[in-house]
Amino acid sequence: MSLLEFDNVVSGYGEMEILHGVSIRVDEGEIVSIIGPNGAGKSTLVKTVFGLLNTWEGNITFTDEDITGFSPEQIVRKGVSYVPQVDNTFSSLTVQENLEMGAYIRDDDFRPRIEEIYELFPDIEDRRRTRVDKLSGGMRQMVALGRALMLDPQMLLLDEPSAGLAPLVVDMIFDRINAINQQGVTLLIIEQNARKALENSDRGYVLVDGKNRLDGLGPELLADKQIGELFLGK
Amino acid sequence: MVELTGYGIVLGSIIALGAIGLTLIYGIARFGNFAHGELMTLGAYFALFLTVWIFPALGLSETRLGSLSFGWPMLLSFIPIMLIVGGVAVLIDKLVYRRLRNLKVGAVMLAISALAMAFVLRSLIYIGWGPDFHFYSPGLRPMLELPLGLKLRPDQIFIIVVSWGMVGGLYVFLQRTKMGKALRAMADNRDLARISGIPTERMTTYAWIIGGGMAAAAGILLGIDSQVRPEMGWQLLLPLFAAVILGSIGNPYGALIGAMVIGIAQQVSTYWLPAAYKPAVAFIIMIFILLVRPKGIFGGS
Repeated sequence: MSLLEFDNVVSGYGEMEILHGVSIRVDEGEIVSIIGPNGAGKSTLVKTVFGLLNTWEGNITFTDEDITGFSPEQIVRKGVSYVPQVDNTFSSLTVQENLEMGAYIRDDDFRPRIEEIYELFPDIEDRRRTRVDKLSGGMRQMVALGRALMLDPQMLLLDEPSAGLAPLVVDMIFDRINAINQQGVTLLIIEQNARKALENSDRGYVLVDGKNRLDGLGPELLADKQIGELFLGK
Repeated sequence: MVELTGYGIVLGSIIALGAIGLTLIYGIARFGNFAHGELMTLGAYFALFLTVWIFPALGLSETRLGSLSFGWPMLLSFIPIMLIVGGVAVLIDKLVYRRLRNLKVGAVMLAISALAMAFVLRSLIYIGWGPDFHFYSPGLRPMLELPLGLKLRPDQIFIIVVSWGMVGGLYVFLQRTKMGKALRAMADNRDLARISGIPTERMTTYAWIIGGGMAAAAGILLGIDSQVRPEMGWQLLLPLFAAVILGSIGNPYGALIGAMVIGIAQQVSTYWLPAAYKPAVAFIIMIFILLVRPKGIFGGS
């Protein structure tokens, strides 16, 4: 069943049109990645889904509901969480406080959820009282993912989760992304690191100049000659 | 010197209440409130209005509390006045600043509009109460001899206790409560706060209530320490900003430290300099910090 649908969406910043009619579909339980060169409109796409940018034309549907034009606050309440590429933690707050802020709109007792997050990311558990700006990049990324997971989202939007991390840390983050997916969370991932993203995705879309270029199953795209030339340096 | 340090702690405590509110409003609303001094003055005049005109007319006793220069009606007036001035601050934000924000004017325009608001409020105070000095209660106030050669009036000890009590209360609020943590989160990363579903508009309102309320308390305490006059808050604006910048703008704990440094430096300076140079001392410290550590002693926010 399709969870998120992006139908011929046009959007951009200010006067500048960046997405010129992009269509994508994410089914429940999938990991879908969006790859493409710099300036292809990948981040614009995810910001448009989340209501941080206005949709100029087209429709966005989530669980069969038209969410076009919803504010970020409304989208969060629909069960979608978003991890931006940069500044994705409250750096002067502790690890625990970051998780609590992720649960801001929850009125129930979310302490069990915090413990589940620590089970998913054991590395940050004994750092609960540490300010996030004292942590390594990898741990900060775990805090960012943990914050976004506090609402038990149906869907998680990740903007370049591997950016700026060492290769070993990238592997570990993708391992965690798979673990999150196995818990039933659908993921839409924007990635510069095309190989890593496609290896870990059910399906992928290639975006070029704000338009759909290619799409297909992860392994198929990995094997695709055109993609190889475009991004994988083959 | 010890005596002056004591007065410095009293002044620093008053500056702290103003500076913490100022820095909180900056952190949450990204707004330099140049009318903050006038919110203090407004608090002082509301207290004058209640304790000198309204309470006696209602036949409330004027009995003094122990060796303090005022009675419990004064204590009673703190909470309502803090709420009223907090409300005034919110009202100004909604009627004036928010409209300007929606017009997407720049930071300089907003700062100038706050400065204009300071003149408006001060003029209203002149219209309402005239240019004269007022006292909450007349008469001489005895000094208490404290250990280490410290000499303070009972009123001044009250000022220190109330200020630090409020600062402590705010600390617990910011560290322990959900709303307090959300305020810190928003000051830290506004976009992420929004993404997390924190209602940023409502948080801005809370910041104005807290900032305005604490400014009002600072104004009343300043009135208790000396006298009530239309320029009282305006003259503290420079020390307030100096304290905020010293303690890294947006950081409430930094503002507390900054306020104590500025307060003590201002009072101790009168050992060598005429008292008229007190504002210059705050100014010099502020410029020095801006040159040496532009982000203040605590770095970021």
